[in-house]
Order: sequence, then C-alpha cells, then structure tokens
Amino acid sequence: MRVALFVTCLADTLFPQAGRATVALLERLGHRVEFPPDQTCCGQMHVNTGYQREALPLIRRFAETFDGYEAIVIPSGSCTGSVRHQHAMVARRLGDDDLARRAEEVAARTFELTQFLTDVLGLDDVGAYYPHRVTYHPTCHSLRLLQVGDRPLRLLRNVAGIDLVELPDAQACCGFGGTFAVKNADVSTAMLADKMRNVLSTGAEVCTAGDSSCLMHIGGGLSRLSAGTQTVHLAEILASTRAGR
Amino acid sequence: MNAREAAGGSTFLGLPTSPRGVGHLRGDEPFPVAARRALADAQLRRNLGRATTTIRAKRARVVAELPDWEELREAGSAIKAQTMANLDGYLTQLEAEFTARGGTVHWARDAVEANQIVTGLVRDTGATEVVKVKSILTDEIGLNDALAAAGIDAVETDLAELIVQLGHDRPSHILVPAIHKNRAEIRDIFLREMAGVDPGLTDEPAALAEAARLFLRRKFLSATVGISGANFAVAETGTLCVVESEGNGRMCLTLPRTLITVMGIEKVVPAWADLGVFLQLLPRSSTGERMNPYTSMWTGVTPGDGPQDVHLVLLDNGRTAALADPAGRAALHCIRCSACLNVCPVYERTGGHAYGSVYPGPIGAILSPMLTGIEDNASLPYASTLCGACYEVCPVKIDIPSILVHLRARHVEEARHAARAPDPEAAVMAAAAWTMSSPARYAAAQAGGRIGRLFVRHGTIRRLPPPLSRWTRARDAPVPPAQTFRQWWRREHQDPR
Repeated sequence: MRVALFVTCLADTLFPQAGRATVALLERLGHRVEFPPDQTCCGQMHVNTGYQREALPLIRRFAETFDGYEAIVIPSGSCTGSVRHQHAMVARRLGDDDLARRAEEVAARTFELTQFLTDVLGLDDVGAYYPHRVTYHPTCHSLRLLQVGDRPLRLLRNVAGIDLVELPDAQACCGFGGTFAVKNADVSTAMLADKMRNVLSTGAEVCTAGDSSCLMHIGGGLSRLSAGTQTVHLAEILASTRAGR
Repeated sequence: MNAREAAGGSTFLGLPTSPRGVGHLRGDEPFPVAARRALADAQLRRNLGRATTTIRAKRARVVAELPDWEELREAGSAIKAQTMANLDGYLTQLEAEFTARGGTVHWARDAVEANQIVTGLVRDTGATEVVKVKSILTDEIGLNDALAAAGIDAVETDLAELIVQLGHDRPSHILVPAIHKNRAEIRDIFLREMAGVDPGLTDEPAALAEAARLFLRRKFLSATVGISGANFAVAETGTLCVVESEGNGRMCLTLPRTLITVMGIEKVVPAWADLGVFLQLLPRSSTGERMNPYTSMWTGVTPGDGPQDVHLVLLDNGRTAALADPAGRAALHCIRCSACLNVCPVYERTGGHAYGSVYPGPIGAILSPMLTGIEDNASLPYASTLCGACYEVCPVKIDIPSILVHLRARHVEEARHAARAPDPEAAVMAAAAWTMSSPARYAAAQAGGRIGRLFVRHGTIRRLPPPLSRWTRARDAPVPPAQTFRQWWRREHQDPR
C-alpha cells in the first residue's frame, strides 16, 4: 500500500516527535511511508477563523500533493476532520466545484492515525510497550467529527506494561479551539482548569491524545503549574517498544 | 468575485434584519469582555455548573430510553427543512385556517410593528394589566418595555420569568431563565419585591413555589388579557400549541377573555401529525422528561369556553433574512429546547448574560447574528471552540459548528467588502496563507520560527509578546525543537531536495 504521511504543520514545526513516532510505528508494522515534501498546512485555522478565501490555495495544495496515494495518514483528529469535512465544503462555497470533487476523492482516502490502524489495517494491538500510568483525552474533533469512538482506547489497552486510567468527564472540551484560545483566552483558560483538574485527579504520569494542538494547550497549562504530568502524543506511545527503550 | 462567493457574502444585505434600539438581541459589549466578568462570579459558576450537570444527566437518561431517537431526530430535521422550503405557503394556510375558526391574524415585519400591534390590541380592551405565558420571543422584541411605555403592566407568570422580572434582571437561559440564581438568592428577591409575601419565607423550593402561587393566583383571577408565544402552529388546522411544566401558562391561555399570541414565522409546522414527532423530541431534550406536564392547544374561538377574542401576530424580525442564507438557514429549525446550552462548555462557564441576546449559548451564537446582521453580534460566532457537543444533542440536527464557521466567514467577507482599514488579524491570516502556499516559504518560516527559542528560560517559554501573550498568560508555550520534522526526514531519507 502506498501510504503518505501528512504530518501537519504543527507537528512538523513544534512537535516533530509525533511525526517521527508515526513513521516508526507504520514502518514497524511493515509499511513503507512516504512524506511528500510539497505538503504544508490543511488550512483549518484559516477556515475556522473565517478566512476561507485564504484557505482555498491550501486546500488545492493538499488535493494536488496527495493525489495518487492509496492512504493518507494524519496524526491529528482535527486536521483529518478539516480534510474530511471542510475542504470540499469550502471549495464548493467559493465556487470551485472541480476542486470540491477532487477534495472529496482525497478525503475518502485520508485517515486519522487510529482509524487507519484499526479500520484499514485491522489492528487493535500494535505490539507496543509503555510502562507508565496514562490517561487518555478524546479530542473533540476525533470524537464528534470523525466518530473514532473507542478505537484509540482499544489500541491503548493492548499496550504492554501500560497502566491506563480513565479520565473523569473525558468528553469535555479542553478549551483549545484554535484561535479561540487567544480570542476568548479567559473562557479557554477556565475550561483548561477543569480539564487539568480531571487529569491530575487520575494520578497519571502522562496525558495522551491524538492531537498535538489540544496537547499543546493541556501540556502548556500543566507545565505552567509544574504539575509533574507530561503530555505525549498517542503515536509516541504506540510507537514505543521494549527494544526501543 | 464569482456568483457563489456573492451568495456566501452579500445577498442577504437586501433583506431587513431586526432593527436596532428595540428588543433584546444585542449586548452592550463583545462576548470576551462580558465573559470575563461572568467567569469571575464564583456563585454564578457554581449555580450554572450544578444546574447544567443535572439537566444534562436527565436528558441523557430519557434519550437513551428511545431506540428510535436518531430516526426521530431525522424526522424532526426533515419536517423543518421541508417547512422552510415552503414557508410562504404554510403561513398563508395557517392564516386562512386560524381566521376561519374565529381568530384574527396580524403580520409584523419587525419588533417595532409587533409591539405596536400588541399594545394597540391591549389598549382596545381597556386593560392596564396583562398576564404572560413564558415566551422568549416577546423578550426578543422587548414587548414588556413597550407595554410599560403605554401604561400597561405585564406580569410574567412562569416562575423563573417571575423571578427574573421581580429581580429587575435578564433571562440567562432559554428554558430556565433564572438558572443563574440559587434558591437563597430567589428568596431574597421575593422578600424584597413580592407584594404581600410572608416575611418568614424560607428558601425551601416548596415554600418559594407556594409564595409565587399565592401571588400569581390573584393575577390570574383578575386578568382580562393573556399574552403568549407559541411552540408550534399547525398550518392544516390553524391550531396553536404551547408546552410548559407549571400550568401557569394554561391559566393565562384559558382564563382571560382576550388572548394574544406572538409567534416567529418559523414556528409553523405543516400537519397535525408533525406534532407527534416534536412532542417526543422537545420535552426529552429540554427538561429531560418523557412528556411535559402541560400541553395546551387551541384552535380559534369556542363560544362560551375560554378566550373569546383570539389573535395571532406573525413576526419576521430578521427571519426572512436568515432564511435567505442557504448555509445558515437551518438555525430557524430550532425548537428552543436548550439542550445545546446545557452541554456547551462555554455556556456552562459564562452563563447566558455574556451573550448579550435573549438567545444565548450555541444556538444563540448563530441565531442572534443572523437576526440582527453579523456586524451587530460579531463576537458571537467566535464564542465557541467548535467542540461539536451542541450538534450531537440537537433534536433537529442543526449543524451548529458548521454554521458558526460559515458565519465567521460571512463576518470576514463583509468586513472585507466594507473596505475597512485592514485589521492585524486579517494581515496575519493573509501572511500565513501566503507562507503556507509554498513549501520553500513555509520551510523558511519554520527556520525563522526557531527565533522562539530566544524566549526560552529554564527550558520553557513563559512569556511571549502580544497577541501571543494571551496564550502565555496561563500556559507555557512549546519550545521550538532543534530540528523540524521535515529536516529530520530529509536527513533520514537523504532526500536530495
């Protein structure tokens, strides 16, 4: 299978370990991963902030860059959600029906990492080893836009050595919301406070999720408090092995 | 600009929105400013947290009982979409049926006209006091203010609306207007404002309800005019329908001689059978009950029984403008259950007053700007993380997150068309798009971004310059890595590029 990685601009620039882990994981599972260097950003921030016209070239770039791959894997629920649920809609709204059609074709072959592992590869156990106490935050876009359900938890439960603890009020939004975190910084912080309270109540060493953006928010708050709990992308846990430690 | 772009930006400008200076669809300050004050109110946070958590759990329990809940939502959504596509026909049918059964129909273009019509009707009866059924729509148009200006006292008879009215306050929730008050605060309001109240009143819910009952009973028995909104109007029969919990609404609908109903034009449903869908969806979504205690329906005038002079005021007030927006018109499908408020993490923390409009929460964040025009409620579409909890519970499947995104685009497009001075955000967005449109520029920007490492102190970034200071006020910023992913990839794979 010709698998392409869309690493996301955020992971590329600020959290490359999430991208490297995705590559390591997929290669360990026997797949050759390609990284088309023409990729940049999915345009989600532009669309969600109202700048659809500015997002259009990014949507076109995504469709062109990933044309021809059998599967495009993204270690992010919200960027996958943008490709799947926004690209064609924005193209159509701005009158580019041809791009909308191509965006739909590419979107049908685009998968969030845990969807790819479970639905496409048919795996619940990726042979990982991670001897830590971990709690999982289901990010809103993976949960409600992509409907990933318990796929990430199924994968995590099969990680050897893991002590997986349930996060109270897990489905509540962490308060990130892209530019919301800056435009409505006070409300965002109030939501973050409740999320952190719940994370800390589990006694977990690690809070994990499928989105670097939400983790940047939660992790930034935990770091400010010197709370002693780290945020780690789900791909890093699934890529971790006994041999690699 | 092509035709599609025009459809997404400016065709609505020709249709009238709700006028300024009347009613309660606009706040005095932007959402983030009002929200900051609300967040600082510990009592409010506690009241809201407790109330929304309770209603959420009740709703989830009764919705889970129905195996065909998703099919019901589909049906509700389909009926509303079909109604909106033929709204003109259903409204004239409703008018004909209502009139044939002895009622009188009035058409109001906006809040000003509706207030004039209702005030005139009450004046004609000679009444100086009216009893009101809980109605958000009459609050939308500021009817009580208009009546007061004409020397007419409007008495709210819904318990929560009465609390708000006596407290000289504003409703903060569609279904539970006094959700921001706890029972101790309510007792204080009653002791201070309620004529003839027992000075030994406790804050027991039963005692508070009894005090309100004694106060309102006198009003019910003396009133000659009742004013209501409507949850539904059936076009094929001319029937109006109000659902409620207390029975106070039914008192207003049956005891006075004159009954005036003010209704948004989107509340019409085609057929009697459609109520079978909505009367299942609404109570479970709003109060978390299988069925609401009181469902009142009336069809014109019945000689010798109930009100003998029955009026219906059909109000537009920006609804046709909302209907003209293909990507936003589903906001008109709302049946005012308030499930979206109860699950919204933003609403739960700020309460309804921060939204400035009688329609708060996720539905208010789309409905209010569509009724007023976006420039008058420009901060509301951004008052959401797009977490999607609202869409998940909406009984008529309004895709609120997508409409929020659409309205943000309309806002940006309208500002652009108005050719105002370019604002910093637009400049940043344009620059980011330009950068991201070229892998070379993007890689160069990534290299430049590592300038962020200059802000690192003791391994973290605790302070960034504005506007990113709004991030670092409460959160550390990530330290840019020594090597981006694509640099690593290139080294690892000896990519000649």
